[in-house]
Amino acid sequence: MKSANFAYIRATSLDHALSTLANTEDAIVLAGGQSLVAALNLRLQVPELVVDINHVPGLDQIEIGDDEVRIGPLVRHAQLMASDEATKALPLIGKALPHVAHPAIRNRGTTCGSLAYGDPAAEMPACAVALGATLVLASTDGTREVAAREFFEGLYETQRAPHEMLIEARFPVAPKGARPVFDEVAARRGDFATLGLAGQIHVDSGVIAAFDLVAFGSEPAPLLLENVADIALGKAPNPGLITDLSQAVADQVHPMESPLATPQMRRRQYRALAERCLHAAMEFADV
Amino acid sequence: MLLKPCARWPMNKLVSKAVGAPMPRESARLLVEGRGSYVDDIALPGMLHIAFVRAPFAHGRILCIETADALQMPGVVAAIDGKELAEICAPFDTNPPGVPGHASAPQPPLAIEESCFQGETVVAVVAESRAAAEDAAELVFVDWEELPAACSIAEAQSDSAAAVHSSFDNNLSLHHRFGAEDVSDAFENAAHVVEESFAFGRQTGVTLEPRGIIAHWDPRAEELEVWQSHQVPWQMREVYAAQLGLSPQSIRVVAPDVGGAFGLKLHAYADELAAVAVSKRLGRPIKYIVDRLESFTSDAHAREAKATCRMAVDSEGHILGIDAVVDSGFGAYAMHPRGSFGEAMQAAQMIGAPYKVGAFRAEVRGWRQNKAPSGAYRGVGQPIACAITEDMIDLAARAVGIDPAEMRRINYRSTLDEGTRATQSGLVIEELSLDACLAKLMEAMDYKTLRAGQAALRENGIYRGIGFASFVELTGVGAGLYGPLGLPLAANESCRLTLQPDGSLTCATSVTDQGQGTLSALGQLIAGEFDIAPNMVRMISGDTGRTPYGGGAWASRGMALGGEAARRACVRMRDGLFEVAAGVLQCEPSALAFDNGEIIGLKGPSGLTLAEMGALCHYRPYDIPTGQVPPMTIEESFLPLNLPYITSNGVHAVHLEVDSELGTVELLDYWVVDDCGTVVNPLLVDEQLRGGIVQGIGAALYEECVYSEDGQFTNGTLADYVVPMAGEMPAIHVDHITTPTRASGLGAKGVGEAGTVGAPGAVRTAINDALSPLAARVAKQPFTTRRILEAVMAAENLE
Ligand SMILES: Cc1cc2nc3c(=O)[nH]c(=O)nc-3n(C[C@H](O)[C@H](O)[C@H](O)COP(=O)(O)OP(=O)(O)OC[C@H]3O[C@@H](n4cnc5c(N)ncnc54)[C@H](O)[C@@H]3O)c2cc1C
Repeated sequence: MKSANFAYIRATSLDHALSTLANTEDAIVLAGGQSLVAALNLRLQVPELVVDINHVPGLDQIEIGDDEVRIGPLVRHAQLMASDEATKALPLIGKALPHVAHPAIRNRGTTCGSLAYGDPAAEMPACAVALGATLVLASTDGTREVAAREFFEGLYETQRAPHEMLIEARFPVAPKGARPVFDEVAARRGDFATLGLAGQIHVDSGVIAAFDLVAFGSEPAPLLLENVADIALGKAPNPGLITDLSQAVADQVHPMESPLATPQMRRRQYRALAERCLHAAMEFADV
Repeated sequence: MLLKPCARWPMNKLVSKAVGAPMPRESARLLVEGRGSYVDDIALPGMLHIAFVRAPFAHGRILCIETADALQMPGVVAAIDGKELAEICAPFDTNPPGVPGHASAPQPPLAIEESCFQGETVVAVVAESRAAAEDAAELVFVDWEELPAACSIAEAQSDSAAAVHSSFDNNLSLHHRFGAEDVSDAFENAAHVVEESFAFGRQTGVTLEPRGIIAHWDPRAEELEVWQSHQVPWQMREVYAAQLGLSPQSIRVVAPDVGGAFGLKLHAYADELAAVAVSKRLGRPIKYIVDRLESFTSDAHAREAKATCRMAVDSEGHILGIDAVVDSGFGAYAMHPRGSFGEAMQAAQMIGAPYKVGAFRAEVRGWRQNKAPSGAYRGVGQPIACAITEDMIDLAARAVGIDPAEMRRINYRSTLDEGTRATQSGLVIEELSLDACLAKLMEAMDYKTLRAGQAALRENGIYRGIGFASFVELTGVGAGLYGPLGLPLAANESCRLTLQPDGSLTCATSVTDQGQGTLSALGQLIAGEFDIAPNMVRMISGDTGRTPYGGGAWASRGMALGGEAARRACVRMRDGLFEVAAGVLQCEPSALAFDNGEIIGLKGPSGLTLAEMGALCHYRPYDIPTGQVPPMTIEESFLPLNLPYITSNGVHAVHLEVDSELGTVELLDYWVVDDCGTVVNPLLVDEQLRGGIVQGIGAALYEECVYSEDGQFTNGTLADYVVPMAGEMPAIHVDHITTPTRASGLGAKGVGEAGTVGAPGAVRTAINDALSPLAARVAKQPFTTRRILEAVMAAENLE
């Protein structure tokens, strides 16, 4: 398992990285390498050029504003997880990050790398869709912003063009009182989820004022469950509602065929998972 | 001048009595700090590397091979195919004469004309680096004709099955029966008869360090040196001699540090033989390190089996009879040199082993398949037999209406029936202590409270299960088994003990260590015999150039056999030294003892330390009153004479929770009480149990080599082949009953497989216990989320 030959450039600045990406047909960004290096060694990816962005200064910033948290392309999962300010502003991210791999992998793997890669079983893309994040893509032609809800198109397929780099992920700060909803089923702790739910619920004056829920792992890309939200909005949380919502989750997912479970099994798992994490989130909200 | 040992060795002796001391394993430090030296750490001048072109189909015919493009690549030295290698290397012929009807096709190091499993080696591309070899291997063109294949056991068995290898017209490789021909009487008179079908998925050993080899044929001296990540260097010397037509004496095989083996490094592999043959061909050192994907597709696989079992019991729960059929998946070739039948045979023969079973009949069939060859893996068949037995016991207990622990207790066997030399299935046992193990286990787990808690939680839809597994483990398996099979294998273990002039000891042992810590325990044992610090004993192992002839590591033999050899060598060494000292001190040798490395006489400390004795015997023999210099090097070899193996035993229990909605299993607690006779180092013994249990849990919950219908290995990465990890493992409580074996003076039995043998059965019975209120059962291992949900949902649909 040795990778095929490739050229390697250590980018010295963002412009350097972007111009290199623009000038080479088959170039690829190396961030934390936790997905890419394995793919190279398995020869699943055989790029001509690898552009290493790890030595570009200034890309590892987390900026916490009043409305947004901005995450740079070299912010490691571990760095984000260790930032109390960030996880307070984005409680869903705080709840989901411990499920992303293991400490050694989180020390290198980047949150933007995970978003750029678009692994259907990854937690960060699901959170980005649930929270309505914005992804900033840059190339020598300039920058553009793409809503996370538009960005993920299918299995490892995103709106990013090959010469574009994800230079920032912007997550809206959770409104006061909003609660994270998160749980997943994985073979072992730290494994990619076989299925999971990520979302945020806001109960205001006793009724559900905002609710966004995403199913992931079993779908080709994170699936925003809009109809589930529609059932919930304006209602007071209660066990009967949770049962209805959980059933609605099971009805709305479209699980892919997988050797690990039939779609019917997935629906059963979703219903149970939704019951549990909605109970947890709503009881918490009542306090 | 006489150097006092204390001047050179700080007296950091930890204990005065070594046997039973929980002595930390000093040699582990080196490995943990990354200072180990594994095969891949070794580089020889002029060394070349191999990448193999492997067969892409389960079964194929090679029409032609074109290597011209590959040979053009920079750094490429040769591209060698099976026909070329056949000129200097014979194919493995693995048909032990003592196994009637055993049939396996010859397996050449590189396939010639026909390949029989995906991943079989076809062309060896040799280059200056592995990367260059891999680049060139992609350019080798092989024109294939895909042939019909038989992959699953069911397929291999069917009347219309494709032949796995063209030299046979069916796929039956082994057919054997244990016990009586007819057991119908027992079943006709039974109060209850229970019956179940079982299936076990294919697994593999997944060693942290993959297989690897460096072969160096020196054309000048006509000598072959091999460094190999392996358990049995002496066996491999004989294998290479036979395959390459060399004198064994011209071959040296060294196993340096080995990072896990679990049985899969007990075998001779075609790819490793090819590396050796290529070195012979080119006259240059060749390195070949198996990568993870190659490991998955070509390491020995194990466990794939189907079985049916019937058990007859009387109205009180006494077992009246067992009738079982086991079908085992062998893969394309019998694994060289021991064959693939061991797992199948033990899976059948060991059914019911801990119990008095009345009438016994077990039929076993082994099937060739277009899959990787199967071989030994920690426990060899015993985990299958144990799981079948324990599940049957639970079914029978339910039918009778008695508690499963009680069902076990009333059926345990402690000795052979009077006047017999073996059980009905042919097992030779000394004495079992299952009763005592179970009693201790039930107390440790607080069984009654657990059952009460289980019942209460069921009311709330929480399904917890308690599972037991009693086991008998065949350890230190010796020549009594291999000789009659016609396998040329030394199964004794040896120790060559040398007293150095400075008073330190050297132990060269045939026992090998792949991470178990056996060598540390042997050193501890030897140190104890002279009452010296363990660091005064230097251990040498894994090198046919430096160690006495013997087995190595398999079937839990390191301490049971190698420990006894070491103990005997120590006794003889001590006797010789006491003769000398008795002359000096003018007393009887029997009045002497060692204390703190010094001989103690009638008047107390004598000044005759090991260092003084070493100097006396090596440098000043004329000062010895008797004039007789005792041998300074003593070699002892041990094999129990009257037993084919030494049986250890124990009982496992697990408490777990099954989530009937998610299909997941959470392990809550685990207990084991084991009887491996004398425990030399409890730290090492307990971790053998824990490690083995974790591996057994892997078998029960996660691990499976998944092949597609057309014989493609589908999950050949560690992301897809799931092994157990620490986060999911429960606390494992270990305790012991100690019944020393009478086969040796030391009294130690093996413990290396005890965990792996019992855990799959314990987890299986616990899951089925948990699912019992839902009227659901699982039968196919591993018990994945999918299989659990299938069982639960099928039971719901029946309602
Ligand atoms: C054993 C293991 C377990 C794991 N478990 C999980 C898990 O449970 N959940 C989970 O979410 N992840 C998991 N991961 C993946 C991990 O989170 C990765 O780090 C992450 O998916 C990719 O981030 P990276 O920085 O390592 O990216 P890299 O591996 O460097 O790159 C991945 C891909 O994204 C592209 N890329 C990276 N950054 C950018 C960018 N800024 N702009 C454009 N393209 C970019 C690369 O070109 C490449 O194609 C696991 C990894 C391992 C090895």
